[in-house]
Amino acid sequence: MNQESFSQIFINACLVNNFVLAYFLGICPFLGVSGKIDTAGKMGGAVTFVMLISSMCAYGIHAFLEAIDAPFLQLISYIVVIASTVQLVEMFVKKMSPALFQALGIFLPLITTNCAILGLALFQTNKGYDFFQSVTYAFGAGTGFTLALLLMAGLREQLDFAEVPKVIRGTVLTLVAAGILSLAFMGFSGLGSN
Amino acid sequence: MNKEITKATTLSSTDEFIKGLWKENPVFVQVLGMCPVLAVSNTAINALAMGLATAFVLIMSNSLVSLLRNFIPKEVRIASYILIIATFVTMIDYAIQAISVELHKNLGAFISLIVVNCLILSRAEAFASKNTLGKSIMDALGMGLGFTLGLVSLGLVREILGSGAVFGIPILPENFQEWVIMILPAGGFFTLAAWLLVFNLYKQKRNAL
Repeated sequence: MNQESFSQIFINACLVNNFVLAYFLGICPFLGVSGKIDTAGKMGGAVTFVMLISSMCAYGIHAFLEAIDAPFLQLISYIVVIASTVQLVEMFVKKMSPALFQALGIFLPLITTNCAILGLALFQTNKGYDFFQSVTYAFGAGTGFTLALLLMAGLREQLDFAEVPKVIRGTVLTLVAAGILSLAFMGFSGLGSN
Repeated sequence: MNKEITKATTLSSTDEFIKGLWKENPVFVQVLGMCPVLAVSNTAINALAMGLATAFVLIMSNSLVSLLRNFIPKEVRIASYILIIATFVTMIDYAIQAISVELHKNLGAFISLIVVNCLILSRAEAFASKNTLGKSIMDALGMGLGFTLGLVSLGLVREILGSGAVFGIPILPENFQEWVIMILPAGGFFTLAAWLLVFNLYKQKRNAL
């Protein structure tokens, strides 16, 4: 059993061990949809939402697999549950709020292959969090993901106006910016530990 | 245009193999599966292990998808591919744990995360589901080795600059001041950016000729 307090877990997941900038999880959407602040915010919201739900599901599955003594099924059941959760959320959002569905567009189905979600489920199991700790962890990770995405989008919107040599444009420039952002986040290390 | 299409369909097995290594290198050209590339390339040995594990999963899943390509209904194909991939990843996860506990600890959750590596799913969907077993295996071999090559070239740079060693053997003089940043997350971003820059420069030079 893990004894970390809620605020500690939140700060750790959000700032110190930011999923994108310290664990490199969810790099694909990070590089792909961080072009505009608007879409970055929506993507962050969608990911946080799916993270919260799949974290609760993962907690349940883990307890069940422990009970039937079949830990080797962990990975397969996690990925199946995440894929179906995303599908369910998609149908639910479509039914309840067509406007939001339109806004999220292609991002919702893409979340299935976002390694941040599966990574979250695996990490919370490894760390032995209880139910409420897991949810806090998921919320912190989602907030951290959104924060990184928004910061990156802000940087890239400015970079569009900068004069840079043609060879550096595109992925190279984005990676360098991400590296500098990651350096900045290193300043948070030590925060949230005792 | 027509000529190009016929050329593409008559690619020999050797060509399928070579394209993954160079022309369509997953790391440097397609920029696929970046999470493990950045996360476990802090030493060359980690990078090599990760690359080989991914190559194994890629070869096994490509062969199975290719064998089953006429039996899997189109509507549930992605879900089936993910299940196939997850099975092989669980196998390699336990295998690595049996071979070296230390290595398993270093790679951590990233072995399990091979499941969501877009490279593997994209090869299953774009290649193995449409081609014969032999060709799919060649494709997977090429892509897997290309991925390993990319990972190791990143790992080598980061290990030499970050800890002055290659595969754990010190090669630089004692008084060399290590660049700690290279083994930290930020170093991963910078090294990958530098490699992509090299490739861009090469491409630009070739186009200019």
